[in-house]
Amino acid sequence: MSKKLETAHAGTLESSDAFVRVIPVDAKGIEIELESSVEEIYGDAIRARVLETATAMSVEGVKIIVQDKGALDYVIKARVQTAILRALGEAEPDWSVL
Amino acid sequence: MKPKLRRSMLFVPGSNTGMVCNAFIYKPDTVMFDLEDSVALSEKDSARMMVFHALQHFTYKDIETAVRVNPLDTPFGLLDLEAVIRAGVDIVRLPKTDTVEDVLDMEREIERIEIKIGSPKKTMLLAAIESALGVVNAVDIARSSTRMMGIALGAEDFVRDLHTQRTKEGHELMAARNQILLAARAAKIGAFDSIFSDVKDKEGFMHEVDLIKGLGFDGKSLINPNQIPWLHSAFAPSQKNINWAIEVLEAAKDAKERGLGVISLDGKMVDAPVILRAEWIMDLARASGVLGEEQ
Repeated sequence: MSKKLETAHAGTLESSDAFVRVIPVDAKGIEIELESSVEEIYGDAIRARVLETATAMSVEGVKIIVQDKGALDYVIKARVQTAILRALGEAEPDWSVL
Repeated sequence: MKPKLRRSMLFVPGSNTGMVCNAFIYKPDTVMFDLEDSVALSEKDSARMMVFHALQHFTYKDIETAVRVNPLDTPFGLLDLEAVIRAGVDIVRLPKTDTVEDVLDMEREIERIEIKIGSPKKTMLLAAIESALGVVNAVDIARSSTRMMGIALGAEDFVRDLHTQRTKEGHELMAARNQILLAARAAKIGAFDSIFSDVKDKEGFMHEVDLIKGLGFDGKSLINPNQIPWLHSAFAPSQKNINWAIEVLEAAKDAKERGLGVISLDGKMVDAPVILRAEWIMDLARASGVLGEEQ
């Protein structure tokens, strides 16, 4: 079941980090927009990780915009999770899906 | 069991992604991720999530990890604990610890979470003494839990509580340092000194390290990776001490092979504490890079 979301963001545009925005949209599914200096090599892997992370948190009808500044895999995951939790207005996550 | 080397505990703000990702490169003995004072209120959630993942990343598998959590009477303390215990942190550093109850409250919550998630791990505790009350209660705090692995001085808050300020000489911290050291040694746990905040002042830092090493502290909290090699070199044993340790260990080995119960070296009796001290010096020498692995 999808949950109700507000617009939210997490992260920074500093090196090794990622800035992630979560925007509710009038459509089903999860739309991902990625901007990354390593798009050519890691673009597909980053998109897959963002999708997997968002799906595990049971969100839908959302656009996730990721501006990657050379972040490690777990940094992108942490930023997406924080942005989604903020969008859901939840303080405590379901740790088992993270 | 031989004590673990804990000369350097590098503070890493949980909100500084670059530092979180790279701190392991500098090889501190312990990495201490901070979720408390260095993290803005608006970023408590994001720092917690970042540290939750960093703790589980392979880059931190071979290094001891600690996390300074927020106090339990804030909206963040329990959430921090849930995250870091699940992520398998080695040590929880309590924020300001004034009384035994502060330790027991934290211990109770950690135990509850460990049981809930079926963790086989027994998370250790490190208490930060940052007030006059904490110093006065240091002996009881040090002995308050079997999880306690050490107590640490938080000097910046302590001098404020004492109505004074830090100086290079450190006279204002002498009573607290001595009390914390005695309490730690009486409880057979570690004693750790405070940060030295002027990261450009190598001379002042080395002066302070000589002082706390001479007093008997195991190590020091650090805020800048540049301070790690300085600290480790200061803690490296002298060649004279290394030679003595080698002689003690050789005499102990020889006595064991010959089935002798009592060991003597240069006419002085060598007993178990002396052998432990010699092993400790050799561990330090190896970790400091002044010995080969084979020695």
